[in-house]
Amino acid sequence: MKKIAVASGKGGTGKTTFSVLLSKVLSKKYRVHLIDCDVEEPNCHLFLNFKEEFSEREDITVFTPEIDPEKCDYCGKCVEVCRFKALLLADKTFIKFDELCHSCKGCIFVCPKGAVKEGKRKVGEGFFSEIHKNLFLSFARMTVSQARPTPLISELKSKIDKKADFVIFDSPPGASCPVVEVLKDSDRVFLVTEPTPFGLYDLGIAFEIVKEMNKDVCLVINKSGENDFLIEDFAKKKKLEIVLKIPFSKEFAKKYSDGEIDTDFFPDFENKIFNLDYSH
Amino acid sequence: MKIAVSATGGSLNAQVSSVFARCAYFVIVDSETMKFEIMQNPAEGMMGGAGPEAARQINDRGCRVVITGQVGPNAQRALESFGIEVVTGATGTVKEAVENYLKQK
Repeated sequence: MKKIAVASGKGGTGKTTFSVLLSKVLSKKYRVHLIDCDVEEPNCHLFLNFKEEFSEREDITVFTPEIDPEKCDYCGKCVEVCRFKALLLADKTFIKFDELCHSCKGCIFVCPKGAVKEGKRKVGEGFFSEIHKNLFLSFARMTVSQARPTPLISELKSKIDKKADFVIFDSPPGASCPVVEVLKDSDRVFLVTEPTPFGLYDLGIAFEIVKEMNKDVCLVINKSGENDFLIEDFAKKKKLEIVLKIPFSKEFAKKYSDGEIDTDFFPDFENKIFNLDYSH
Repeated sequence: MKIAVSATGGSLNAQVSSVFARCAYFVIVDSETMKFEIMQNPAEGMMGGAGPEAARQINDRGCRVVITGQVGPNAQRALESFGIEVVTGATGTVKEAVENYLKQK
C-alpha cells in the first residue's frame, strides 16, 4: 500500500483536481481509496458522482469529560490539570466549556476517585462510499462552530481500506495542524502549485513543513503556462522534481466548474500518471 | 464588597478596559473603604480559555461584581456560575466606573 498526500499551502491551486485525476486514473488498474481530508470544505465527492443515500454515514465524536457526582469529592484536581481551562468548579457545580476541551483526558488521569467518565461529543459526520469496485471515497463534514478539524482527519485516517493499493489524501490548504495531521501518515507528498507569485510564496511555506517532517516530496504545476519559470527556479534551488504539469485550459476549468474532471482531457495524461514514481 | 474592574493600567485613574478576559489589569476596589489592589491579569496572553480563567481568578479574590466594557460568552457563563454580578458598557477611569456603579445602586 502506498499512501500519497496531495498538499499545497495556497488554496485553489488544484489539490482536488490532481487528487481526483490521480484516483480516477490509478483506479483503472489498482484499488484506490481517496480520502478528502478537507473536513471544513470537502469537495472531492462533487467530482465523483457521489450519492449520499448509497453511502455509509457515521457520527464522529471526541472525548468529553462526564463527572459522576456520586464519586466526586470536589477536590478540583481535574480543574487544575486542564491547561485549556475547559473545566470550572463553582460551588460543587462543574461547568464544562466543550469547545475549549482538547480531549487529552488529563482529567481522567488525575482524578483520585475515578469520578471522571468518558463522554462523547459530536464534532462532525463521516461518509464512506464505493464509487466503483476499485475506487472508494471517504470524507467528513465538521459541525459548524467546531474549531478543531484534526480529530475528524485522524478519524478518517483510522478507517483506511486495508486492501487498497493506493491511498490518496487530499489535504486541506494552509500550513498548520490539519495539514501536518494529513502529512504525518503519508509515504510521499505531491505539492500542487500554480505559477503565480502567490503560488510560489505558499509553496515555499508548505515545502518547509514537508522538509521538517522528512517526507519524500515532488511538485506538480497546475495551470501550467508561460510563467512556469517561477516554480522551475524554486525547484532547481531546492533540488525538487517537477513530475507533472497540468496545462492551463479554459475549457478544462469550465468542465471543472460543472463538476467534471476528465482523465482523458489532456492527451497522454493517463500514461503520465501511471508512469509517475510513487515508490521512493 | 469587592468590585473587580478590567483596566488598561494598574491604578484608579487607569481607563476601563473594553474587554474583560484579555485586559491587562484588574483593579479590585473595596466599596466600603475604597481601598484597592492591583492584579495583573494572568489570562491576558492565554491561547484559549482566557474567559473561564479570568473569572476563576476574580472569584478566588472574593470579588462579587465585575465592571468592564464587554464580556465574551465563555467568561459570561463562568462569571454567572460563580454568582458574580456583571456590569458591561463601562467607560472612563476605574474610579469613575466604580462611583457610577455605586451611585446607581
